[in-house]
Amino acid sequence: MSRLASTFEQLAKSGRKALIPFVTAGDPTPDFTLSLMHEMVKAGVDVIELGVPFSDPMADGPVIQRASERALAHKMSLTKTLALATEFRKADQQTPVVLMGYLNPIEAMGYEGFANAARRADIDGVLTVDLPPEEGEQCAALLKERDIDTIFLLAPNSTDERIQKMSALGSGYLYYVSLKGVTGAGHLNAADVENKLKQIKAITSLPVGIGFGVKDAETAKTISSLGDGVVVGSALISKIESNLDNPERAKSEIIGLLSAMRQAMDK
Amino acid sequence: MTEKYTMPDARGHFGPYGGMFVAETLIPPIQELNAAYQRYLQDPDFISELDADLQHYVGRPSPLYYAERWSRELGGAQIYLKREDLNHTGSHKINNTVGQALLAKRMGKTRIIAETGAGQHGVATATVAARLGLECVVYMGAVDVARQSLNVYRMKLLGATVVAVESGSKTLKDALNEALRDWVTNVDNTFYIIGTVAGPHPYPAMVRDFQAIIGRETKQQCQDMIGKLPDALVACVGGGSNAIGLFYPFIEDESVKLIGVEAAGDGVASGRHSAPLCAGRPGVLHGNRTYLMADDDGEIIETHSISAGLDYPGVGPEHAWLKDTGRAEYVNITDNEALEGFYALTRMEGIIPALESAHAMAYTMKLAPTMRKDETIVINLSGRGDKDMQTMAKREGIEL
Ligand SMILES: Cc1ncc(COP(=O)(O)O)c(C=O)c1O
Repeated sequence: MSRLASTFEQLAKSGRKALIPFVTAGDPTPDFTLSLMHEMVKAGVDVIELGVPFSDPMADGPVIQRASERALAHKMSLTKTLALATEFRKADQQTPVVLMGYLNPIEAMGYEGFANAARRADIDGVLTVDLPPEEGEQCAALLKERDIDTIFLLAPNSTDERIQKMSALGSGYLYYVSLKGVTGAGHLNAADVENKLKQIKAITSLPVGIGFGVKDAETAKTISSLGDGVVVGSALISKIESNLDNPERAKSEIIGLLSAMRQAMDK
Repeated sequence: MTEKYTMPDARGHFGPYGGMFVAETLIPPIQELNAAYQRYLQDPDFISELDADLQHYVGRPSPLYYAERWSRELGGAQIYLKREDLNHTGSHKINNTVGQALLAKRMGKTRIIAETGAGQHGVATATVAARLGLECVVYMGAVDVARQSLNVYRMKLLGATVVAVESGSKTLKDALNEALRDWVTNVDNTFYIIGTVAGPHPYPAMVRDFQAIIGRETKQQCQDMIGKLPDALVACVGGGSNAIGLFYPFIEDESVKLIGVEAAGDGVASGRHSAPLCAGRPGVLHGNRTYLMADDDGEIIETHSISAGLDYPGVGPEHAWLKDTGRAEYVNITDNEALEGFYALTRMEGIIPALESAHAMAYTMKLAPTMRKDETIVINLSGRGDKDMQTMAKREGIEL
């Protein structure tokens, strides 16, 4: 069984929800990201989404855009992100790592070359924002052959037909984008999410992680209770941004927020 | 290419290029748009409304003008200019915005967004939005806001909100990113009018179909004026809409050479250019697979061109296909050469071209002398140079 599948299975058995942080690899430095990943695991996160920096992050709001720019300023790349994941894996064989990013860096590496490199780095899942199932079959098949899950996005306006498609082609979990908008937006509505999750859950047996717009422990608790896990990104990254002169403080603020979320979710 | 040309396929692919590479939230509105576009393209009421607008509002057909003095001066092929500069708002961009705005109206959308580089597409969009009473927001890179300030003022006069985009390289690609972010946030009431043959399917095909009026008229006008097909068509290529508009009706006419002119900036060898077809590589950006300016890691490279409208790291996927199949040829022209083209047309024919179009003029200055006097070149004069007066004056050290 894949790391992602067994992680979600164990959580389900104990009646808990997955806490999934998103951080951009190399923001502000690769060393920072590596030690942050280990500390986040200690704070109780279940899966790590590692953002691959891209020059044109079309689905991201300003906070994650700037994280990409900071990482790219010192030439962070897909290759270096995979190297970072390899380092992480040396000390942690348990925690699933999902790469999240855009297609062009993968195109530049070549699908097969990427799938092989991801296998070598012991990556568990790949989420490519601008690769919908219509265009993504080839890449998903290459990853599947190497036991790597392909995670698809679902949106508030996804139809039954599309949810089915994603459920059939995807594995590991599905990522429900909780609002129409970019990452870090501020108009999350729990009642809307609840309704949509009913529709999604009636169609798929895959776990569903919910993200976009989750900023505090209370929201993390509410939102995660509607699915199988919650993804938190911009709220963490804004702490890196506001402490660029003091990375240790950034780290402790991030760990503080994640611990509060963990506590609220487990209560 | 003897077979019938039927690109793209049902999913928007031109061979390996094109497609629909977008985040999930945009799939439903794109499918809705595609359905509306397929439907209205066959709808006689829609077509006649579009035709009437093109005639009475845009001022079509645009003339095909014989540049007799310039032809004589260059001493080779006879040169004709397709006068898209004479359209309302001063460029070919309005052919497309009139069409998409009619679609938006049919689809019940109340808000229009657009990206713009030189500001010509922004002005053409603000114009049709004003006419239909629709809210209009135009995204423009902060660098372009500064170098095309006249067009910024025009858009504001027309009632549009112009948002200066400060992310990335602050040019056209970043304006497109920001427009996509707006669309994802406001999908329910918003229609995104993309200004060139890029973006996810159906935009490359749809914008081409709205611009193909350029080529259809040209074909008829050549028949009327010279009694035969032209030998070569020349057009500048930013995203590629004025070029494909001219080329498309001629694709099956194998005797007609199709030549797209990219912006070489400081020269392709310098790395400071905007010529993905000449010096880029295939990749995925802004919803489609095409030739891009990207580095080995797949990050998009900053582009350079004297003309804001050509300053884009990608190109429409159909051009990528026409390049690979060899049906069209793509060449490049530096900033300095484009300036020569600009001055030549201005002084020889009394027509001040847009700096974008000046790239096509400059290439024609190289091409025409290599051709026979009984051969014909049609250049797409995609826009007029009024918007570039400040840039030009500044280069000459003149304060306006
Ligand atoms: C006059 C003119 N020509 C050409 C272009 C380039 O666009 P395209 O390649 O889509 O025709 C522009 C874009 O702003 C323009 O304003």
